[in-house]
Amino acid sequence: MQILKVNKLTKSFGGLTAVSNVNMELNQGELVGLIGPNGAGKTTVFNLLTGIYVPTSGTITLFKDGKEKKLNGLPPYTICQSGLARTFQNIRLFKDLTVLDNVRIAMHSNVKYGLFSSFLQLPSCKKEEKELIEKSMELLKIFHLEHKKDELAKNLPYGEQRHLEIIRALATDPVLLLLDEPAAGMNPAETAQLTESISWIREKYNLTILLIEHDMSLVMKICERIYVLDYGMVIAHGTPDEIKNNKRVIEAYLGEDMSNA
Amino acid sequence: MKKIFENDGLKKLILLILIFGIVQLLITTGIISPYLQETLVTLCINIILAVSLNLITGFTGQLSLGHAGFMSIGAYTCALITLNMPTTTGFILGVLAGAVTAALFGFLVGLPTLRLKGDYLAIATLGMAEIIKVIFINLDSITNGAAGLNNIPQFVTWPWMFLFTAGTILIITNLLNSSHGRACISIREDEIASEAMGINTTKYKVAAFTIGAFFAGIAGALYASNFYFIEPNQFGFLKSIDVLVIVVFGGMGSISGSVIAATALAVISTLLQSFSEVRMILYAVLLVIIMIFRPQGLMGSKELSLSVLGRLGNSDSKKGRV
Amino acid sequence: MEQFLQQIINGISLGSIYALIALGYTMVYGIINLINFAHGDVYMIGAYIGYYCMTFLKLGFLPSLVIAMVICTLLGIAIEKIAYKPLRNSPRIAVLITAIGVSLFIEYATMFIVSANVRSYPQITEGLLAQSFKVGNITITAQQVIILVVTVILMVLLQFIVKKTRIGKAMRAVSLDKDAAELMGINVNTTISFTFALGSALAGAAGVLVGLYYSSINPFMGVMPGLKAFVAAVFGGIGIIPGAMVGGYCIGMVEVLVSGYGNSKFRDAVVFAILILILIVKPAGLFGKNTREKV
Repeated sequence: MQILKVNKLTKSFGGLTAVSNVNMELNQGELVGLIGPNGAGKTTVFNLLTGIYVPTSGTITLFKDGKEKKLNGLPPYTICQSGLARTFQNIRLFKDLTVLDNVRIAMHSNVKYGLFSSFLQLPSCKKEEKELIEKSMELLKIFHLEHKKDELAKNLPYGEQRHLEIIRALATDPVLLLLDEPAAGMNPAETAQLTESISWIREKYNLTILLIEHDMSLVMKICERIYVLDYGMVIAHGTPDEIKNNKRVIEAYLGEDMSNA
Repeated sequence: MKKIFENDGLKKLILLILIFGIVQLLITTGIISPYLQETLVTLCINIILAVSLNLITGFTGQLSLGHAGFMSIGAYTCALITLNMPTTTGFILGVLAGAVTAALFGFLVGLPTLRLKGDYLAIATLGMAEIIKVIFINLDSITNGAAGLNNIPQFVTWPWMFLFTAGTILIITNLLNSSHGRACISIREDEIASEAMGINTTKYKVAAFTIGAFFAGIAGALYASNFYFIEPNQFGFLKSIDVLVIVVFGGMGSISGSVIAATALAVISTLLQSFSEVRMILYAVLLVIIMIFRPQGLMGSKELSLSVLGRLGNSDSKKGRV
Repeated sequence: MEQFLQQIINGISLGSIYALIALGYTMVYGIINLINFAHGDVYMIGAYIGYYCMTFLKLGFLPSLVIAMVICTLLGIAIEKIAYKPLRNSPRIAVLITAIGVSLFIEYATMFIVSANVRSYPQITEGLLAQSFKVGNITITAQQVIILVVTVILMVLLQFIVKKTRIGKAMRAVSLDKDAAELMGINVNTTISFTFALGSALAGAAGVLVGLYYSSINPFMGVMPGLKAFVAAVFGGIGIIPGAMVGGYCIGMVEVLVSGYGNSKFRDAVVFAILILILIVKPAGLFGKNTREKV
């Protein structure tokens, strides 16, 4: 069952076309990789999908609960509320806030009590606040961060900051999760652990995941399908095996990496 | 005894009643002279202004140099109402109307300008406040122009002052301890991430601005009802700066910091009363020195919480509760 | 029509003053991202120095102008060294408050020393400077000509310094990227001091010119023109030198026209309304480029 359809997505910055005519389809429950050399336009695709950039042309359609919804042109917060959540390549946590607050903020769009209730801390507000903490603690357990809930995000070690980014994205209650280089800067053992966690998260929360990653061991291990981007265009897509043997891909990007694999 | 102190709400209530009672007692016994009472009123007004500006600038991260503009709207609205209706009902109505009008302006001004960032927003809010001032100067038939409004009925007493000040602090603190407040704070931390996490940042910026303006309106209304006389120039750029100085001095993002800073500055100002010629010079020097040696302000973004106070009185409970 | 031309001429004079002050704002903002609120007060000091040179030392216009510029230069460097330099790595808001503190200090210290009285600039009653020219029904005073000539000379000089000299190149480099400039062997501190010096010299000149033109000065005369000059800098695109010049003339023109044809009491409101409008429509100013944050 299709969950996201990207049709002829294009983004130009002045004269430079960063993303050009990208078509992409994601099915419910899939784990799909988006790879390509540096500067191929991967993060730009994420920024387009999540509304941070407005596409120059093309459409992005989300299929959720049997309804289709055009996402292109919507502001980022609406897109997030529609069920697309993301992490950032260059970690953008709320650095000076606690781990718990980082997670609770991401849950905000599902909070029902109003401003007035919060002015007076009415029972509706107090009750929901309690639930928020409980839910946050559940999520923090995924990466064993529950005992660090009161630490400031900036004081976490690098790997845990990446974990917190994923937890924060999950807290928005998404159907589709976009992970931008989740394993960047991690050592092989950490990457292996992350690989397992990502699979586990997908099962547990019934998610579709699209992931940008440079670590080929991770991509080849968990992705069911892969899109390869070069100079803003999709130059290939298929299963990891197909991609491994695709001549254009090898030329454009993988080269030696794959002959060693 | 220990059990009572474990209820946060009750602790707050006891603290509030204590402060109110002690000050009331000092006033009735004449220890707080009429002159000091005036200082007390100014202090309360400054606290309301600083706490409300802190919501906008310290917590939501939107630098505003126009807070006095909202204050003037509250002041004029309340003054005009109480001049025509010099009763306690008129006063209450005036304060509320002043707050609502200021909030309305905050909303109307905030909607277009809050797309701007940092210094651009600062300078736009400054311009906005100047425009409000010029309008008050030119609405001769209503505001009596630059000469200002005189003989405004005086209603402000310590109980009223306390009610509004404590109310402002409580409501804004409650807001900040809620999901809506955290949404505001996330904008200060990282606007792009905040938006990507589903928060309508424009909505919350405008909300913070509107709520801040609302309380600035209250402060203005109380000002008018206490000092008999208002004129547009009292609410100029310098007044906005005064408030911002309190916020930064106390610590951006610390409500207790704002209260402490407002109090400290009131004390300093009273002490320097007899050196009126050099008072402003010393104030300016102090400002620069504080910023050089403690740019994050007295409290940083930390709060002086009741659990800390509780710990002071209760040495056996080692860990402060959250 | 003649009245309109007369207004334009008055607008050019006022605009010159704003442009000179705006240049200092824009250069300082360009180099350390600071709204230097004390800049308007440097201009005020310039006016006072000019006043004392002319009345007590009985100096002529040109020596007074030069002395005012030199003293303002020193003042600008001192302000930067004492108040801003220790805060180079502090939060922006702390520096902003410091700037406000410095501004208040200069105003009240001046008031303490020279009292709050309004002083009258000596009127030049003889010689070339007292002349005025009539073209049809339009009057152009020698003072207006001097304001324009001095402003143009200073602007050309500034452009030369910024575009053609080593220190000018350093200024441009530091304003683009302080760290990279430092790595390339540029002395960032000297460059910043120099920028303050240049801006303050121009403000000092503006002070003397405005004293001559409006003939009365007081310790708080710098506040409003300072703010409006900043508006002018934003209008033209902050950090861009030609932008500040054009912005200054535009704001001066608008003010004169509003006073001339509308209600002079609304003059300030119109200026600030234009500011808000331009910020909303084109926040980077007339000559600025929109930049976006990389995600």
